[in-house]
Amino acid sequence: MRKLCIVLALAAISAGALAQDKSAADAIAEYRAMLADGNPADLFEAKGEDLWKKKRGPKNATLEQCDLGKGPGVVKGAFVELPRWFADTGKVQDLESRLLTCMENIQGFNSKSIAETPFGQGEQVTIEGLVAWISAESKGMHFNVPQTHAQEKMNYELGKRAFFYRAGPYDFSCASCHGQAGKRIRLQDLPELTKNPGDGVGFAAWPAYRLSSGEMWGMQRRLNDCYRQQRFPYPGYASDVTIALGVYMGVNAKGAESVAPALKR
Amino acid sequence: MQKIKALALAMAATVVAGCASLTPGPDYDALLKKMMDDSFRSEGIATKDRLVQDAANEACSKAQGENPPDEIVAAIQQAALKSVRMPSDGKFTGDWREGEKLAQNGRGMTWSDKTALPKDNGGNCLNCHQVTKEEVSYGTIGPSLYHYGKDRGVQDPESMESRPIVEYTWTKIYNSKSYNACSGMPRFGHGGLLDEMQMKHLMALILDPKSPVNQ
Amino acid sequence: MADPMRIRAQAAGDKATVRVLMSHEMETGQRKDASGKVIPAWFIQEVTAQLNGKTVLTAQWGPSVAKNPFLQFSVKGAKAGDKITMSWTDNKGDKRSDEATVS
Repeated sequence: MRKLCIVLALAAISAGALAQDKSAADAIAEYRAMLADGNPADLFEAKGEDLWKKKRGPKNATLEQCDLGKGPGVVKGAFVELPRWFADTGKVQDLESRLLTCMENIQGFNSKSIAETPFGQGEQVTIEGLVAWISAESKGMHFNVPQTHAQEKMNYELGKRAFFYRAGPYDFSCASCHGQAGKRIRLQDLPELTKNPGDGVGFAAWPAYRLSSGEMWGMQRRLNDCYRQQRFPYPGYASDVTIALGVYMGVNAKGAESVAPALKR
Repeated sequence: MQKIKALALAMAATVVAGCASLTPGPDYDALLKKMMDDSFRSEGIATKDRLVQDAANEACSKAQGENPPDEIVAAIQQAALKSVRMPSDGKFTGDWREGEKLAQNGRGMTWSDKTALPKDNGGNCLNCHQVTKEEVSYGTIGPSLYHYGKDRGVQDPESMESRPIVEYTWTKIYNSKSYNACSGMPRFGHGGLLDEMQMKHLMALILDPKSPVNQ
Repeated sequence: MADPMRIRAQAAGDKATVRVLMSHEMETGQRKDASGKVIPAWFIQEVTAQLNGKTVLTAQWGPSVAKNPFLQFSVKGAKAGDKITMSWTDNKGDKRSDEATVS
């Protein structure tokens, strides 16, 4: 079924290429719209819900008492208010950082080893399911990342500076690709992340299922691969710079509708 | 006695309040530096020293999308111009066919690449630029290079007649910051990303009248 | 056993549109791993759809079908409350069967 759709879509693309370049990008957008129904992220959502409610880890406990910012066990609406400051850890945390906290404190896992586990392996796979389901529980809601605590404000300022930080052999910063509207790399449109780029775009589009690799990517993995392509050294999983960037992008996206878990190329 | 004490306290409070407003905000430069240092580690060829910013990157980062002050822009551009090494044999172009392969190649310099040698790097050109008419999968971060040589009237890139535009083009590829302090384009020659021969192939791709770019 | 399929079936008029998302690696057998060894072929070979126990669709798939395949089809004569059963078998002999009710 899918092969036929791909063949048809490619035929549409090559036919379109003879006209203007814009129709090549349009044809791909149509292909993606066709695929949007039947997003394999659904499979990860189902797994995530099971993992939230399943007794796991050395303490044989479920995650149902995990506080994602709106109180223990409250999942609906939590995703669109992250990252935020948490009293129990005394720091600003994004979703994945908070899951590390809960998996360690409630279930007895070692969060440091989970952070060191490569993407797609071990408990990182658990996190893929969890972020798919937790984000789905806020689907259609609008981002409202808080800026009330001093540390939340500080993270915004540091996130902004990190966003514009040019370095590495290519002199790239996040802003090199995401600092202006209407640009693209090859045929991949780039959202402008210094402001709200719109509903379901940019910050509002992750976690997402990446069709090209058949993988579920959370925001941490997305940032990790951004830094790889910027030719930077390796950002630690849930490290300070990743949280600060999440605050910067999340606050900028205030009001945008979340479509996570989304479908990407 | 009470009155004097109250007055003294009021004066103390005023002084303290005055001090509070004079206290500077957080030292974001220092906090940023610490955050970057704490957050990254070396991986493969992408070592942690890549976080160190030179004067150009530091100034352009602080400007956050705007231009740095004029004197700084001038200084960056002058230093960049000084860094440019013209081709060792005086010949500026190579083979546009090789240039096209390089332009299509987006690999190189990431932590998942095996070496940092120019021979293993691509030009990454199509990520940001249109190059030929045929290749529709091009980026729009940089201007279109289609008809680059043709539009500039280049009939023989090795002629003295074309020397000014050819030298300009070479300089741009070697160190883009020579003409634009905060250019988004990597510094292919200065950064050791591509070697002289590779850059000549790219020159041919956009300047050779026979190249598909100029058809 | 493999992960469950996600099945949605919606009746409209005299037919129902069924959408199925299957969880499967669908390895072509052409890929190599980091050490250069071929990753063995592993893909769904046969798919069956049943309406209230009666087979209405069979498909023979091969390695060209993508990972986590999505299948959509419509069945005439299906109405709300009917049972859709989806089953697949892969080249290793693994099977999976799931049901959904037409809404």
